[in-house]
Amino acid sequence: MNLITSLGLAVSALLRNRMRSLLTTLGVVIGVAAVIVMQAMGAGTTELVTAEISSFGSNMLVVVPGGDGGMFGGSLLSAPLFSDADLEAITRECDAVRYVSASGTRSVRVVKGEKSHSTTLSGVSPAYFAIREWSTDAGRALNEDDERQAAKRCVIGHTVATELFGGQDPLDQEFRLHDFTCTVVGVAEAKGTSAFGMDQDDLVFLPHSTFNRRILGDTKIGSIIISTVSAERTDEAIQQLQSLMRQRRRIRPGDEDDFRVRDMREVQEMLGNVTGVLTTLLAGVAAISLIVGGIGIMNIMLVSVTERTREIGVRMAVGARSRDILQQFLIEAMVLSSLGGLLGVLIGTGLSVVVSRALELPLMLPFKAMLIAFAFSLLVGVIFGVFPARKAARLRPIEALRYE
Amino acid sequence: MRSRSDAAAELDAIEERAIEERAIEERAPPLLSLRGVTKVYGQGDAAVHALRGVDIEIEAGEFVSIQGTSGSGKSTMMNIIGCLDAATAGEYRMEGELVSELPPDVLAALRNSRIGFIFQGFNLLRRTSSAANVELPLIYAGVPRIERTRKAYAALAAVGLAGRERATSSELSGGQQQRVAIARALVNDPELILADEPTGNLDSRTSAEIMDILTALNRERGITIVMVTHDQEIADYADRHVFFHDGQIRSDTRDRDRVGVERRAPEERRA
Ligand SMILES: Nc1ncnc2c1ncn2[C@@H]1O[C@H](COP(=O)(O)OP(=O)(O)OP(=O)(O)O)[C@@H](O)[C@H]1O
Ligand SMILES: [Mg+2]
Repeated sequence: MNLITSLGLAVSALLRNRMRSLLTTLGVVIGVAAVIVMQAMGAGTTELVTAEISSFGSNMLVVVPGGDGGMFGGSLLSAPLFSDADLEAITRECDAVRYVSASGTRSVRVVKGEKSHSTTLSGVSPAYFAIREWSTDAGRALNEDDERQAAKRCVIGHTVATELFGGQDPLDQEFRLHDFTCTVVGVAEAKGTSAFGMDQDDLVFLPHSTFNRRILGDTKIGSIIISTVSAERTDEAIQQLQSLMRQRRRIRPGDEDDFRVRDMREVQEMLGNVTGVLTTLLAGVAAISLIVGGIGIMNIMLVSVTERTREIGVRMAVGARSRDILQQFLIEAMVLSSLGGLLGVLIGTGLSVVVSRALELPLMLPFKAMLIAFAFSLLVGVIFGVFPARKAARLRPIEALRYE
Repeated sequence: MRSRSDAAAELDAIEERAIEERAIEERAPPLLSLRGVTKVYGQGDAAVHALRGVDIEIEAGEFVSIQGTSGSGKSTMMNIIGCLDAATAGEYRMEGELVSELPPDVLAALRNSRIGFIFQGFNLLRRTSSAANVELPLIYAGVPRIERTRKAYAALAAVGLAGRERATSSELSGGQQQRVAIARALVNDPELILADEPTGNLDSRTSAEIMDILTALNRERGITIVMVTHDQEIADYADRHVFFHDGQIRSDTRDRDRVGVERRAPEERRA
C-alpha cells in the first residue's frame, strides 16, 4: 500500500470522527500555540529592551567601583568610590570621552502640603542630560550654576509633577525633599514605562553637589556616566578609562581592577541572557504540554484501535499485512498530531499578534520556532502513535474478526 | 525372525505406495486438501476440541455446503481453510503447498488474491461507501486508484448494485449489504469463496437472491465455493454436501446429476 493511499485512508478515517479528531488534537494545538506565543513574547521583549537600551545612547559608558564580580560583586563594598578629581581627570585625559557626569541614587519621600510621594532621587552633573539625550518638556535642565552653587533646585519627572502638584504648573513651585525645600526648575521629557515595567517618569534630579552635601553628607561619587565621542570609539574610550583609573587608583600591573567600565552592549547582552533563559523556561513548559498532547493522541488512538478491532480483522481478511495496519494507524496518529501542529501554528500566530498589541510589544513572529514546533508535533505523533499502531498490527486476523 | 511372506508383503506395500505416489504426481493436486486436521482451543481442563481429525479434499470448481450442529466445528474449519487461523495439528495444503508453513505476510497475500470471504454479519466497514468497501482488497493488492474504482463499480454491477456505489452500509438493506460483501469477495478474482452462513441474517426471498448470485459465480466463473449453512434449502444450491458432527466429518456426498460420482463418506471408506 503506498503512502498517498494510506494518507487518504487516514484522513477519511479521521473525518468519520470529526469532533473527536479535533478534540484529540487540542493538546498539541495548545502546546504548539503556547510555544509560539512564548517565543514571540520573548523575542518581542528582547527587541523592546534592545531598542530601549540603544535609546540610552549606544555610546554611553558607566564606571562603577568593584571588581570583576560586577555591580553585585563581593569587592564592591571594599572598593573605594570615585571623587570629583576623578571626573576632572577623565575630562582632561581621555580624548575619546565627550561628556562626563557623576551619578548617585537614593529613594526619597517628597512632600507638598498634604501630598506625599515616594520616588527615586538622582544626583547628576549637568552633562547627564546630554549623555542620556534627555531634554525637558517644561522649564530647563540642571546647569553649571546649579552644580557650582549646590543649589536646592531640581528637575522632576511627569509622575512626580502629577503626584505633588496635580494639574498645576510645577515650574518654580517648591516642595520638601528629605530635610530641605527644593524649587522645580524643569520637568523631564516623558519616557513612559520601561520594558521591565518601571515608570521612567517617577524621579527627581538634583545637582550632584547638592545630592552629596544634603543627602549623602559626603563628597564621594557612586558611579560615573560617560558618553564617548562616537560609537566607533567606544572601545578606545573603555581602554583610556581603564588605564587612567588603574593609574589613579594605584593598581599595580598584574593586579585586578577594583572598578569596572560597563558598556551598554554588555548590559544588553545580560538582559538578552535573562530574557533568553525565561524564553527557554517557558518553551520548556510549552514542550511539556506538547508531550501531554501526544499522550492524549496515544490515548485516543488506543481507544480507536480497540473500537476498530473488527475493522482491522476485516482488513486482514482481505489481505492487509501487519505492516499495512501499522502504517495505517501510525499515519493516522501523525495526521492528527500534524493537524494539531498546523492549527497550533495558526492560533499561536494569531494570539501573538493580539498579545503583542495588547502589551505594546513589537511583533516578532518566531518562524524558526514555528517550524520546530510543527516538526516536534509530527515527532510526537510518531512516538505516541507507534504503541497503538503496533498493538493493532499484532492482532491475529481471526481474533480481530471475532472481536465483539 | 521375519518370515519370507512378511518381507514380500512389505515389498508389495512399497511398490503400491510408489504407484500411488506416481499417480498423485500425475494428477494435479486438489485446490484444498486437509489431512488429520485438529484444532484445540485452550489448554488442560479448559481445552475444547473443535476439530478432531478432519480429512477432506476439495477440487477447483466445486460448490460445497457444510452443515452440522452448532459447535460441531464448521466455522473453525472455514477459518483454517481461509488462512485466518492455524490448525493445531494435521496438514492443510492449497494446490499441494503446505499452508501451515507459510509466513503471515504470504498468508495475507494468499487471502488477498485467491480467497474471498462472505460472513454472516456482512462485516462491512461502517460509514464507508459500498465502493470503498469493495475496493479494500484492491488497496492491499496495490492496484492504482482509477483501476480500483473501475473494478469496484464492475463488481457492484455484477451483484446488481449499480447506482448504489456511494451508499454507506446504514443506507442499505441486509440483502444489499451482503451483496456488497460478495462484490468485495469477488473483486480481486479469487479462485475460492468462503461463505460462513451467508444467508443467516436474511429472509428467505433475499437468501434466494444471494444464492442465485453465488451459484452464478460458481457456474459461470468457475469459482470454488465452500459455504456453511443451517438451512437445507440453501444447502441444496450446492453440489456437494458435507456434514459435521462433533469436530469430525460425518458424511460427504455429491449430487449425482451434476458430478456423476457419489463418493463415500470417510467413515465408510475407512471401514
Ligand atoms: N476462540 C475460541 N475459543 C475457545 N473455544 C472456541 C473458540 N472458537 C470456537 N470455539 C469452540 O469450538 C467449537 C467449534 O466452534 P465453531 O465455531 O467451529 O462451531 P460451528 O460449527 O461454526 O457452530 P455454529 O453453527 O454455531 O456457528 C465450539 O465448541 C466452540 O465453543
Ligand atoms: Mg459457525
